[in-house]
Amino acid sequence: MRREPPQKLGDYAPLLFPAAMLTIFFVVPFGTMIAVSFFQRLQGGFYTPAFVFDNYARFLSAFFGGVLGFSLFLAITVAICCVVLALPFTYMLTRMGRKVQVVWLVALLSILSLSEVIIGFAWSTLFSRTAGITNILVALGIMSEAKALTPSFGAVLTGMVYQAFPYTVLVLFPALVRLDPTLTEAARTLGASPLKAFFTVVVPALRNTITATLIMVFIFALGSYLLPQLLGRPQHWTLSVLITDQAIYQSNMPFAAAMAVFLVLVTLGLVALTVIAGRKGEAA
Amino acid sequence: MSGLALQNVVKEFGSFRAVNNVELNVPHGTFVCMLGPSGCGKTTLLRMIAGLDLPTGGAIRLDGEDITHVPTHKRNLGMVFQSLALFPHLTVGENIAYPLRIRGAAKEDQKKRVDELLSMIHLTGYADRPVAKLSGGQRQRVAIARALAISPKLFLLDEPLSALDAKLREAMQVELRQLQQKLGITTIVVTHDQREAMTMADTVVVMNGGEIRQAASPIEIYRRPADSFVADFIGQTNLLEVQADSAGRVEVLGQPIAGLALPAGASKGTLSVRPEDVHLTAPGAGALSGKVTFVRDLGGTIETFVDIAGRQIVAVSTPRARPDVTVGQEVGIALTPDVCVVLKK
Repeated sequence: MRREPPQKLGDYAPLLFPAAMLTIFFVVPFGTMIAVSFFQRLQGGFYTPAFVFDNYARFLSAFFGGVLGFSLFLAITVAICCVVLALPFTYMLTRMGRKVQVVWLVALLSILSLSEVIIGFAWSTLFSRTAGITNILVALGIMSEAKALTPSFGAVLTGMVYQAFPYTVLVLFPALVRLDPTLTEAARTLGASPLKAFFTVVVPALRNTITATLIMVFIFALGSYLLPQLLGRPQHWTLSVLITDQAIYQSNMPFAAAMAVFLVLVTLGLVALTVIAGRKGEAA
Repeated sequence: MSGLALQNVVKEFGSFRAVNNVELNVPHGTFVCMLGPSGCGKTTLLRMIAGLDLPTGGAIRLDGEDITHVPTHKRNLGMVFQSLALFPHLTVGENIAYPLRIRGAAKEDQKKRVDELLSMIHLTGYADRPVAKLSGGQRQRVAIARALAISPKLFLLDEPLSALDAKLREAMQVELRQLQQKLGITTIVVTHDQREAMTMADTVVVMNGGEIRQAASPIEIYRRPADSFVADFIGQTNLLEVQADSAGRVEVLGQPIAGLALPAGASKGTLSVRPEDVHLTAPGAGALSGKVTFVRDLGGTIETFVDIAGRQIVAVSTPRARPDVTVGQEVGIALTPDVCVVLKK
């Protein structure tokens, strides 16, 4: 079937509803937030309309800059871990039988149905001294005594990778299914071991998909707010935690809004950089 | 022995036998075409030679060495896939250099070899183009060059020309055969196109139902097919039931024909006669007689359809030897023993 471009104004009607929803529930609140970020804060949790840069200026302190840096570092690390783990896994999965695929995909989808709170508490139990996995290692004689693995950076990372992994697989899956299986077979007949074939053919052929997946997981991880608090120390808290803290506990709406806007800008900037770098790499 | 040997090779998928006890010797430097209808096991056999599938029984030997369980990447072969499987993220030159790069060849050596191969396939100067910008025939050549980059011992092609249009395909067949003769490389091509097999092969292997029905030179396969499947699959033929009469002579449609013999011990058989060997005569003068039902005049050749007691026979002749017949006319048909082959039932 050939798709006709819309002819009459009425043909745009199906777009009206989503456009209205987007405007009411995204564009308007985001606009409000940008406005509030320039407001003047008053004592006692109130603020008045104004146009001051105080909130942004305060953000540019070493402390908040450090938190922003850590948030970005954490999100990038989670994105890289997820793709490095999910790419070989998904590649193997696409080469398995239909039934095996369905079982795995259902299992992954069921992880998505878990709330972040449940994931956080489950991992904090698994990493605890009294009931955690170190007890198994002690029983096996690998470790001499059980110890707590949380709170720590590793625990935060594990929890977040666990949470983002199913998304990563689901985004990579269609691209890997479409990848012509004779490409790797050809690589093997030309002298590449299966491992070499994977790195010289599958990975480069999927460059764009991998970049897109990295960006998706990065943005997903950047918004994480609960897991760093449940599994990490205060120095592992992300900017999202601080924003919540300012907005709800310190009642400093203008400052919270300024941090949120800044986070959005930095994120967009990084994504744009990645896309430009990807284009350049392709042209070269 | 120098060359490729398949010994009693079997491949089973569950309870299905895709390849059944295949025995084949391919001497060094020969060009073999494996021919058969789809699902006859020819591609599976090729994939086992390449190591992409493992046989469930039997052995594959290359130059005397058992390679049945040697992994594909250690077999040092070149293979062209039906889909060509050119790497989309690499240029023409990088595609051809891939097997050299994987083996860690020096950059200058890679470049030298790529230039050599590009001139061999008449694509000099194309090294830096992306493969997506090439035409079908050019991609075909690049896939061939890539497979030949390391001068492999064995050159395998799976339906390599099926994506090309008819004219280009015919030209590529000739080119591929000339290239193979120049390089003297042992080559195995899988095809379902019998013209392709006849054009290129030293040995044609006709397969059906996972078994080799006949392996011989193209002309032998055409002139002396081993059974009615081979006779019917290669070229056009007329197949007629024959049986021995009380005096031991061979009867075709109730008419005894001198000089024919049934296979030893058989009382029935199938007679195969090529349309160009069927000659029309005056009514009553030939061994059989029938009525013309249709004349297809193709300019270069004329096909005459003759109905004999309910069986249809096709005769092909050139316009110079044009039989002056019209539909509905009674004609005689001459069958001489030297052009007839009697096959086992």
